Amino acid sequence: MASLVIDEVFKRFGSVEVLKGINICIEPGEFLVLVGPSGCGKSTLLNLIAGLDSISAGEIRIGDRVVNAIPPKDRDIAMVFQSYALYPNMTIRKNLSFGLETRKVPKAEIEQQIEKVAEILQIENLLDRKPSQLSGGQRQRVAMGRAIARDPLIFLFDEPLSNLDAKLRVEMRAEIKKLHKRLGTTIVYVTHDQIEAMTMADRIAIMKDGVVQQFDTPNGVYSNPSNLFVAGFIGSPSMNFIPVSFEQQERSLGVVLTNSKGQECFIPVNSDFVPGQRAVMGIRPENITDTNAGLGNRQQIVELESEVRVIEPTGPDTLVHVELNSTEVICRSCPEFAGDAGASMKLALDTSKILFFDEESGERLDGRLS
Amino acid sequence: MRLENLLPKIVLAPTFVSTIITIYGFILWTAWISFTKSRMLPRYELEGLVQYVKLFANERWWVASKNLVIFGSLFIGICILIGLLLAIFLDQKIRIEGTLRTVFLYPMALSFIVTGTVWKWILNPSLGLEKLVNDMGFTSFTFDWLVNSEMSIYTIVIAGVWQSSGFVMALFLAGLRGVDDSIIKAAMVDGASLPRIYWKIIIPSLRPVFFSAIMILAHIAIKSFDLVVALTGGGPGYSSDLPATFMYSFAFTRGRLGMGAASSMMMFGAVLAIIVPYLYSELRSKKNE
Repeated sequence: MASLVIDEVFKRFGSVEVLKGINICIEPGEFLVLVGPSGCGKSTLLNLIAGLDSISAGEIRIGDRVVNAIPPKDRDIAMVFQSYALYPNMTIRKNLSFGLETRKVPKAEIEQQIEKVAEILQIENLLDRKPSQLSGGQRQRVAMGRAIARDPLIFLFDEPLSNLDAKLRVEMRAEIKKLHKRLGTTIVYVTHDQIEAMTMADRIAIMKDGVVQQFDTPNGVYSNPSNLFVAGFIGSPSMNFIPVSFEQQERSLGVVLTNSKGQECFIPVNSDFVPGQRAVMGIRPENITDTNAGLGNRQQIVELESEVRVIEPTGPDTLVHVELNSTEVICRSCPEFAGDAGASMKLALDTSKILFFDEESGERLDGRLS
Repeated sequence: MRLENLLPKIVLAPTFVSTIITIYGFILWTAWISFTKSRMLPRYELEGLVQYVKLFANERWWVASKNLVIFGSLFIGICILIGLLLAIFLDQKIRIEGTLRTVFLYPMALSFIVTGTVWKWILNPSLGLEKLVNDMGFTSFTFDWLVNSEMSIYTIVIAGVWQSSGFVMALFLAGLRGVDDSIIKAAMVDGASLPRIYWKIIIPSLRPVFFSAIMILAHIAIKSFDLVVALTGGGPGYSSDLPATFMYSFAFTRGRLGMGAASSMMMFGAVLAIIVPYLYSELRSKKNE
């Protein structure tokens, strides 16, 4: 168990800057997830932590040791790869013991360690097989076992669940989380799947174009995203973005939403904006719903009506597509109150959950509704 | 309609027929001749194993067989060793890999006759290497393997290795490229040094490549004929004879067709001994997939 500090880290490949000043700091035992679309630099960052690639500028500290110049084998880390990367010519037992043998751990201790790991991951019956005889899920377990057997300071996971089918992925997700609870080791986990990030992490670093967009708890990135990218990346279906402009009506400032029939609905906004200013309004699907849902504080609910375009029943909820300000908006409704396509439906919008972003920069405009 | 169905068969028929006659037909014919007392011209009365008895009493045949063992094992062993080392070095993401690969593969573009001739000049004591070193002032240097009946077979090994190790390198390089990069990364994180990673993980996973390389080199070794003819002509004396040159000289220049046929059948047996297990394992692994 060790803390991890990434301090102003840059990585360049020739003239291409892949990481542009990354700052991340986690406490011992924390579960950090690096998430972002492909090409955002998350795997590069993981390779830098592992020591498989050299840092162009900046500093990485594991515990209180600067590891910039330390080769991977001396960093006391273990890594799990997307392709599992099991040694194909060795039995599972040899796969687990290889790292320990390399480190000259006494035989008896290796035996003991393998027994323990095999028990934790329930792979005792696989120990004498070859990797090629195992299913994807079993291989993934062995790959994790190989990491656990080493008892490192930090575990690094490089998209470990991407090669598994959807059902197994959900199972393994929970299992990794349990494992983390049990072992308490610091984990850095790379994924492009925002659900994995949300469900597993203590802290999430959302990356794009080599820059950390937001570094926060799962709850923080979900309910308080720092920009349009984060707001759109986290959550499924993703947040609705509606272009609006502020207006003065009577004594209050607010925005107007217009439905497909031209009916207008005024939503009061608290201060900070000037009439005529344009912005992007963000609202999550679960915060525009049917009027029977009973959203939080009644005073913050605005009701509006709109024509239903399409409905997508998912089982627990039905996603209702409507049009507001000529933009498609997805509302999450209770299945029995969802309108039919083509019909008109009354919607309740929780104004306390509205976020505003700058049209051009995408940065959050700090204006919560009262 | 019927013609369409027959067309593939019609097109393939000439090849099929000529293969049946010129390859399998003549294998059978040779087998028949090996059981007769044919000399200059074939005779067809079966006389039993008399040619085989003579063959195994012939000292020159034993020299040729022993040479095949020496040449085969050294040729295969050294080719694999050099090929593997070259492939590993080329696999270290070096800059001019493409050029070097071509350089090492290039000898493959030459026929064994050319290789043999070139090496005959290089190894000729009064023309090549020995003269070069002597002219540089090292007058005591001798390198006379080509004309030394003890060592002449090793010159064939040198030329054979020079020609074929680049090809083995290409095989191994392809195998190395197939190794998942993250396996190497995993082993590095696991604390293994690069030589250990190669020795313990990568080379063992190249087993199928070893297998095909040995198969290909073995059949090159057994059928080696042109290299010997061009390089040493089987000499000095018959010290660098291989079974193929032995067969040629008995069947076609000494007028002892029966004995030539018997030696051919022995080579055929050697090839079968290699090919049959190979085919068997190939077909079995196909069935497993």
